[in-house]
Amino acid sequence: MFFKLDIRHAQAGPLDLFKNFLFVLPAVAIFAVFYIYPFFELFHLSLHEWQGIGPRTFVGLRNFQELAVDRVWWSAVGHAGYITLIALTFQNALAFGLALACDRAIRMKRFYTLVFFIPPVLSEVIVGILWNWILNGGMQDGRPVGLLNHFLVQIGLPNMVHHWLSDPGTALTCVAVVHAWKGFGWGFVLFLAGLQTIDRQLYEVAKVDGAGSWRSFWNVTLPMMVPVIMLVVILTILGSMQVFVLILSLINQGLVYHTEVPVTRILSSMTVTNQFGYACAQAVVFGAILVSVSFALRALSNRMRQA
Amino acid sequence: MPFLQVQILMKRSCAWLCAVALALSAAGCAQPSRPSDEIEVWHWMTDRQDALETLARKYAETTGIRVRFSLFAPSDAYTQKIMAAAQAGVLPDVFGILDEKVIAASFIKAGLVADLTGAFRADQGAWERALSPKALDVNRFAEGNSDGVKPGIYGVPLDIGSMQMVYNRALLRKAGIRQPPAAFHDWLRAIAALRRVGIAPFVTGFGELWIVDCFATSYAINIMGEQKVLDTFRGLVPYTDPDWIRVFTLFKTLREKGAFIDGVVIKGNKVAEQDFALGRAAFAFNGAWSVNVYRQMSPELDYGVVPLPAFNTAVPMVSWGGAESSLVVNALSPNRDKAVEFLRWLTEKEQQAYLSAELHILPVNRAAMADVPGALAEFARSVETSTHPKIWPVNEDPVVGEVFQKGIQAIIIGERTPQAVARDVQAAKARQMERTKR
Repeated sequence: MFFKLDIRHAQAGPLDLFKNFLFVLPAVAIFAVFYIYPFFELFHLSLHEWQGIGPRTFVGLRNFQELAVDRVWWSAVGHAGYITLIALTFQNALAFGLALACDRAIRMKRFYTLVFFIPPVLSEVIVGILWNWILNGGMQDGRPVGLLNHFLVQIGLPNMVHHWLSDPGTALTCVAVVHAWKGFGWGFVLFLAGLQTIDRQLYEVAKVDGAGSWRSFWNVTLPMMVPVIMLVVILTILGSMQVFVLILSLINQGLVYHTEVPVTRILSSMTVTNQFGYACAQAVVFGAILVSVSFALRALSNRMRQA
Repeated sequence: MPFLQVQILMKRSCAWLCAVALALSAAGCAQPSRPSDEIEVWHWMTDRQDALETLARKYAETTGIRVRFSLFAPSDAYTQKIMAAAQAGVLPDVFGILDEKVIAASFIKAGLVADLTGAFRADQGAWERALSPKALDVNRFAEGNSDGVKPGIYGVPLDIGSMQMVYNRALLRKAGIRQPPAAFHDWLRAIAALRRVGIAPFVTGFGELWIVDCFATSYAINIMGEQKVLDTFRGLVPYTDPDWIRVFTLFKTLREKGAFIDGVVIKGNKVAEQDFALGRAAFAFNGAWSVNVYRQMSPELDYGVVPLPAFNTAVPMVSWGGAESSLVVNALSPNRDKAVEFLRWLTEKEQQAYLSAELHILPVNRAAMADVPGALAEFARSVETSTHPKIWPVNEDPVVGEVFQKGIQAIIIGERTPQAVARDVQAAKARQMERTKR
């Protein structure tokens, strides 16, 4: 069958190739118009000084040179990295643990699966407003307004009452925790799907060989889950590095520069300081960072699979 | 299905797709080339869609011309939509430019906004005289303006705004304060009195940078005068000048005296309005639109309106004011004249009085403004002495503006000193000036 196909392909003339190409033309056209052209236009704009309307001035690589020494930008990248780190560790550990629990024959398994999947399907704006009520630090009639502070007072820890979102020491961590809370459901679903594809016979064989729960997890579950773990890691990194709606709905235009992330900086360059060319340069650099991280993780994933 | 038939089907499908794409581009991207009896207006004012539609129906009954108001919100998204539509050449007959004046100037220079000076000056300037001069100034480009725009009036104001301090009478009484403060030192005394009885003194939306800017420049003008502020923007006075240090120190003083409600630097104005309406703070800094907001949130709220307490009592306190929202006419629209006529009608006394009564906003028509009641009248009193960046001959570079506003946030949270912020802002100013020279 494959041999026949090869012969047919080898004998295909230019007309046949053209006809075949027509089949993929709509997809290529859509990809070119909506993906390739915008990318080149973005790069083209990044070489200009432009206010979003009116004439553009070609400035070469000046936007990139300025970006290289823009401390606010690089600290924003660092903040996104911090949020990603919390998501990779806390969020994914929680997702994996809960998926392991639900993979076993426990009561109300379906209910838990549904409940854990609610946060990811909520809008980030709704999540932001919801957590704002929880983390609010205001007082009214001598009592805390926020739910968390109210709870702290109730359990006898009034000295821990705090304005969680307007303190530079806690604001970014709060954002990271809320982001992790919102995002763990995705990881949970993927981990659970991965766990359910592991052949149960492998566990039985391990049991016959005298392996306990821990050894089964270490020698069966974990190696079999490597592709899923890598997928979740890549999705977590890409999703967490690009977080911004949550920040806007939690902290508005930011707590000085303490909660700035790359996307809020890009948005700020466009809408606050009207530097569209600079915003495009930021987008190009940020895109390059994300693509590099994705390729590095893919290479790592391939190496781990081969090992 | 035989291969040949599939090929024919594919070819036909491709041809249809191309035809549909071309038709859509032609229909969507081209400016309407023929005049019609329908005017398209794009706006962002979520609170007044119903009222505007009512007026549109009335206009259609009177003139036979249909006006379609399309609402796009929030305002950030609206701004982006206008930008994209301008690039694609699909702007409607009437739209608004919410951005800074420099962006409005870009639209005008790109030939996208009609010069309405002739219409305003017709009939011995009847239309111009009917409207508040402060509101018109926001839409006016003066002779020799730094934006390089031909002098004239390019927009039609719909309502007027004014930023003032509002105070909760009941909370002030609770703290034993008889009069709202007129001077900054009186305000500090009031703050101390409010703190003694456990009331948060002051709330505003400092999470929105423009409010930080508005509050700070109002005090800057009070302390050093408008000319020196403008000279700073021109680069003739450094931000490390003692007067600017005084402006920054004012925020430090307010912080040290416990003036701000918890979390003021991340509060959006909507949340700040809620705090004031629910009696969580005694004072707020807000615009004339708040009359409608407070009425909806807390109809029984007993409050008054005063200017910000002056730091320099020898000079009256001036705050931002002028046109709250304005619309411009698409210069390329075939319905240009009809659109101008509609906007003229919209700013007549009857329509303005209707909008004011329905929405509790300050009308731009002077005859209608004379009749506004209650707190609105208190806001109206300050309009003619107000100022606005859009009427200044020069504005600060937005990059420097961001460092300025974020620096003030840093002072409020106790992270930076006034002197350090002044140095940061001046460094940003020097960088931007160097950049402009290059």
